[in-house]
Amino acid sequence: MNIKGIAASNGIAIAKAFRLIDPDLTVSKQSVSDTQAEIEKYQAAVATTIKELEIIKERALTTLGEHEAQVFDAHINMVNDPELTSQTLDKVKGESVNAAHAFDEVSNTFVMMFESMDNEYFRERAADIKDIKKRVLAHLLGVKINDPSKINEQVVVIAEDLTPSDTAQLDRNFVKGFATNIGGRTSHSAIMARSLEIPAVVGTKTILEDVKDGDVLILDGLEGNVIVNPSPEQISHYEGIAQKYADQKAEWAKLKNEPTVTKDGKHVELAANIGTPGDVEGVLNNGGEGVGLYRTEFLYMGRSNFPTEDEQFEAYKTVLESMGDKPVVVRTLDIGGDKELDYLKLPHEMNPFLGYRAIRLCLDDKDLFRTQLRALLRASVYGKLRIMFPMIATLNEFRDAKALLLEEQAKLEAQGIKISDDIQVGMMVEIPAAAILADQFAKEVDFFSIGTNDLIQYSMAADRMNEKVSYLYQPYNPSILRLVKMTIDAAHKEGKWAGMCGEMAGDQTAIPLLLGLGLDEFSMSATSILPARSLLAKLSQEEMSKLAAEALNKSTVEEVIELVEAIQK
Amino acid sequence: MEKLFTITDETGLHARPATVLVNTASKFTSEILLTYRDKKVNLKSIMGVMSLGIQQGAEVTISAEGEDAESAMVALTDTITTTGLGK
Repeated sequence: MNIKGIAASNGIAIAKAFRLIDPDLTVSKQSVSDTQAEIEKYQAAVATTIKELEIIKERALTTLGEHEAQVFDAHINMVNDPELTSQTLDKVKGESVNAAHAFDEVSNTFVMMFESMDNEYFRERAADIKDIKKRVLAHLLGVKINDPSKINEQVVVIAEDLTPSDTAQLDRNFVKGFATNIGGRTSHSAIMARSLEIPAVVGTKTILEDVKDGDVLILDGLEGNVIVNPSPEQISHYEGIAQKYADQKAEWAKLKNEPTVTKDGKHVELAANIGTPGDVEGVLNNGGEGVGLYRTEFLYMGRSNFPTEDEQFEAYKTVLESMGDKPVVVRTLDIGGDKELDYLKLPHEMNPFLGYRAIRLCLDDKDLFRTQLRALLRASVYGKLRIMFPMIATLNEFRDAKALLLEEQAKLEAQGIKISDDIQVGMMVEIPAAAILADQFAKEVDFFSIGTNDLIQYSMAADRMNEKVSYLYQPYNPSILRLVKMTIDAAHKEGKWAGMCGEMAGDQTAIPLLLGLGLDEFSMSATSILPARSLLAKLSQEEMSKLAAEALNKSTVEEVIELVEAIQK
Repeated sequence: MEKLFTITDETGLHARPATVLVNTASKFTSEILLTYRDKKVNLKSIMGVMSLGIQQGAEVTISAEGEDAESAMVALTDTITTTGLGK
């Protein structure tokens, strides 16, 4: 049997299934006469839970690090919370009911209260309350809570979902991976799996029901598959993949602290695309040489009002400081199109991608834009800042945006606020008009970064979300390659650098062509950096420029792919 | 005794400042309450304090009653002003 899920953490595991099932924590309401005994029972359950959490926290400190372990400090605080305690005990005394029932009801009120909050941060706290509720209830009911730390043979853990405390207790020596019914790539368990570096498949919907204890499983965290009771052929096939993956990982790991150099000695910069300050850790762990695209719109999303200047300043400062002397390209607000904000009342458009978005909106709503520019300028002294404007179509747009930046800079300096004197100001090249006129833009910008996702969709007039026209949405189309070449050549002619921050920059087929076209900076998702560095080390820039020249004269996508694949064999 | 504060922190009474406040309050034996829009919660309870969802600009009242009420109020005022949480 083959079960499909979401690939949440890379790797292959082959081991027996271990089903981690939540105990039955159904609580019934009982009248009690000895309420004092119930109160003591509750206090004992709380004390045991805290002891348990202390142990989990110690363990998490060594396996997951201080940041993840702090979750359990918060859990201990919650179990100890006087409000939770007094409301529970009042209920026991006032209604003469069993402690389990009282606690169940009181903690549910808190869960509901947090779940209904409009702030995402508070909503997430509901999961923490549920986690501690499970522990305290299990002790009150005298049922054994599943204990992943007791696993002492090699297994793949199967569960409905894994809570933070479950994941923290997984012993990497025995737990080879896990698969769950619910969750997605960004759910807590998936993030933990990646930091533990064990394969995981989440969101299978039914695996807990489909698999018995002791079934042999192949867990394919690369593709998001689980094979139940595989044939010997399947096992040896996957052992091969696992070996290849392990070898490749070892090779990549060696490159982590190495510069990116081609076979013939040319250095290019491999940077990462990030959305939040929390992503910086992944950039550094994967050997990123910079941040090539910091998408600031995430600061504005998932909330009910605009982020203040100080909030933005803190975020930019954190990213710049953590990156140290490595450059950080911050893209100013790119909202509109498919990215909406509830609190920014944008009119409904027939063609949102061709409408009021990104720099067009920022140059119109100047206060919104100025706030961001001030936050960026103030943060500039904490690192190596590069500011990039999105969706530039005309030179006037770039000039207007830069003028606003300089105005804010002058105001801040008049107030005595220090600003770095080494801020590069550049633009995204994602509208064909900008690529075609790149020679003119290049005179005024400090750099270009090619945004291929939009450049392809605008050049081919093909919506990248629409599967029916996906055959048009092809990065290897010679027409796209020519636009990329025009942009890079124009930058170099003026002594500027050109980067790329679309999906194409991390694409193994595109990399040889981009190197050949002379791209200086490749910005991609952090996990693509080491594979790209490994590939670039095997390529010669001189040979690739010949390959690129040939590709530019091909007439179809297929011919270009064929050309590249021939050298990769 | 009680005292009125205006929350000036841009993010309101978020988890971090709330924790600092709760930890300060917990050092005292007095009963310490936080009132916001007629809702009263125990200032020693992180869940209680966060459940008020207090935003920037809110006017809150802290009241303390007990033997060390006075020193509790001094300590809490100090925490609120030095952390920039409110005034």
